[in-house]
Amino acid sequence: MTRKQRRLTIIGGSLGILALAAGLVLNAMRDSIVFFSTPTMVAEKHVLPGRRFRLGGLVQPGTLKRGDNLAVTFEVADGGAKLPVAYTGLLPDLFREGQGVVAEGALDATGVFRADTVLAKHDETYMPKDVADALKKQGHWKDDYGAKANGSAAQTAQGTPQGVKQ
Amino acid sequence: MIAEIGHYALVLALALALIQSTVPILGARLRDGALMNVARSTALAQLLFVALSFAALVMLHVTSDFSVVNVFENSHSLKPLIYKITGVWGNHEGSMLLWVSILALFGGLVAAFGNNLPISLRAHVLAVQAWIASAFYLFILMTSNPFLRIADPPIEGRDLNPVLQDIGLAVHPPMLYLGYVGFSISFSFAIAALIEGRIDAAWARWVRPWTLVAWIFLTLGIAMGSYWAYYELGWGGWWFWDPVENASLMPWLAGTALLHSALVMEKRNALKVWTILLSILTFSLSLLGTFLVRSGVLTSVHAFATDPTRGVFILLILCIFIGGGLTLYAWRASALKQGGLFAPISREGALVLNNLFLTTACATVFIGTLYPLALEVVTGDKISVGAPFFNLTFAPLFVPLMIAVPFGPMLAWKRGDLVAAAQRLLAAGVSALVAIAVLWAWTGGGSTLAPLAIGLAVFVIAGALSDLAERTGAFRTPLAVAARRARGLPRSTWGSAFAHAGVGVALIGIVCETTWNSEHIATMRPDDMAKVAGYDLRLDGLTQAQGPNFREMVAQFTVTLDGRHLAVMTPSKRNFTTRGSSTTEAALLTRGASQLYISLGELTGDGAIAVRIYHKPLVLLIWFGPVLMAFGGLLSLSDRRLRVGAPKPAKAMRGLQAAE
Repeated sequence: MTRKQRRLTIIGGSLGILALAAGLVLNAMRDSIVFFSTPTMVAEKHVLPGRRFRLGGLVQPGTLKRGDNLAVTFEVADGGAKLPVAYTGLLPDLFREGQGVVAEGALDATGVFRADTVLAKHDETYMPKDVADALKKQGHWKDDYGAKANGSAAQTAQGTPQGVKQ
Repeated sequence: MIAEIGHYALVLALALALIQSTVPILGARLRDGALMNVARSTALAQLLFVALSFAALVMLHVTSDFSVVNVFENSHSLKPLIYKITGVWGNHEGSMLLWVSILALFGGLVAAFGNNLPISLRAHVLAVQAWIASAFYLFILMTSNPFLRIADPPIEGRDLNPVLQDIGLAVHPPMLYLGYVGFSISFSFAIAALIEGRIDAAWARWVRPWTLVAWIFLTLGIAMGSYWAYYELGWGGWWFWDPVENASLMPWLAGTALLHSALVMEKRNALKVWTILLSILTFSLSLLGTFLVRSGVLTSVHAFATDPTRGVFILLILCIFIGGGLTLYAWRASALKQGGLFAPISREGALVLNNLFLTTACATVFIGTLYPLALEVVTGDKISVGAPFFNLTFAPLFVPLMIAVPFGPMLAWKRGDLVAAAQRLLAAGVSALVAIAVLWAWTGGGSTLAPLAIGLAVFVIAGALSDLAERTGAFRTPLAVAARRARGLPRSTWGSAFAHAGVGVALIGIVCETTWNSEHIATMRPDDMAKVAGYDLRLDGLTQAQGPNFREMVAQFTVTLDGRHLAVMTPSKRNFTTRGSSTTEAALLTRGASQLYISLGELTGDGAIAVRIYHKPLVLLIWFGPVLMAFGGLLSLSDRRLRVGAPKPAKAMRGLQAAE
């Protein structure tokens, strides 16, 4: 086998594998990526039931209700709109009313967001980046919150890793 | 005083690094041995000063000197000593200091043990190391100085993030950094080779042990981090395809490819240009990992830093080194002579295939990790790319790779015989088919994929064993002869067999855990029973306890199997008063390679507690596999050929001349 043939074989092989990978990536991109929305965006865009997305916002104080067998319901709000969320399972350690939350799941036919994953990635000075950005964009950013986050020498806000998956 | 000494030592280290970046290069241009040798002494002195600086920060943390911002923010006087020490790198500034310390350590090692390198190559390598070091010293001194003081010192610190108050923090980041930063050596060697415009098999022999060391540490570091996340985060996951995890996986994939291509270069003097490119890419991915983790561009379960100036600075470093490295490569690579012809079906061909799959898999991880960031910058849409994406892309690419793994060592260099290799793998293939059939029957045809995947893993393990059997002539010759041959086999052969078997072992663990894992979530009151995977668990009661810097609620479970008392498990929920945050301490019960896993949720109003119990079959194999891989790497590292004979200057000179 000459140098040229060898090179062609190798190039052909690599192109084949790259094509395979590209195919896999495009296929996976179509099916498995999840968009992030806030309650306001959900209200404006009329998201179809069954379409998976990530919902971010603040847990509306006073709405957290615990049912039997670890079923919980609460409302996620972003200042503009509210969306009821139903979830079954353990909530993360730092899940609290009035704090930022990100939930993943889909709307059901009655307009309730059925979450199968709830993430709370924050401590007392930090809220999930997606939520903070979305709130800022809508002008509902709480000033005291920002002051706290940038306050004094505490520049590094450390998010406590917490996740709950059903 | 200690803080000022630490700060000053760091500035001196920067000054030394600047000298080391320039003088040796000048020496190499002028062919002045004395100037080139400056690299050696400055590298050692730099190590000394960085070590001093690091020791100073450790000292500050140990003595709880809250007049230093870094200590105030991340420590607490009541914290146990071990966490005071590990807390040094449990924050942004400290972990960057650890990063440069390890960089200086590797530079110092090259200086100390690189006596048999050609003097100009050593000068260039150390100079490139110093460029990297200077950039990161500047970064620390300008944006992340750990030695800053507070004007009026508080009495008590803010404590370390409770999740980090764990022995995992003592091991995981240093290991990971030894891996990340270790790849800087192969990068420096690659850049040095490009500057000098020559490269040969001897070069690969020098680079391989360094790459191997970095790879071993990175393997262990990733495995350790995964196990840490598994038991600390309290929901039993061990790999989340989180960007930060991907950031460590990408250099690992590229580094694994580099190990294999350097082998081809060392043995057959082929794939030079590709090996150089991989060296550059591997370290670039390490830098990218540092950027992703340290700049806070990610919303991630590991997010530490949130200061944008730092992000821009690291991005700049990233662009300079990756851009510079690739530009130099584009400019000089054509000057490197090609060598070593081989047929597509050959050991080289198999290693090329390995490289193709590993780098492609690495590319898919890269896309999955950076695409959301890119999309957000360009369109503003926020998306999350999670496990489904990676399962659909990464996994299919690994299947053909795993099938090819046992064939590689069976093929001869230069021109191999696929049919002969397949015949020698007959036993492995048969055992894989038997495993599939047995599992299929045993699980009653539940999942199709799982038995197939385990069959693949068995094939890889049996393939590695067949390779050893072939080489020692076991089953064909008398035992004594086989044993003698086994002793005579090069350690690297044993190493690759262990490492390949480790991949199979890890795969078995992954498949078993994901397929047959059982979960039980419920609210339980004292004396309630739960049944998981045949085990009976009884909640005996809840007690409150006081730790050094936390309060905890401990639940006690009695575990019985068929009425036989097995063990008592005590998961707990800790509340850290200083930060007002809590952590879940899962309880683990190991049965063989399987584990029972209990973590607690919150108390409900009426005295019941939410409990999550998992049974994870063969889960420990997930981490035992990487340990086996690292052990294989260690064996390979101890191979004579990497210590004796290889870097003889005389031979090197011949090699270098031949390459010109």
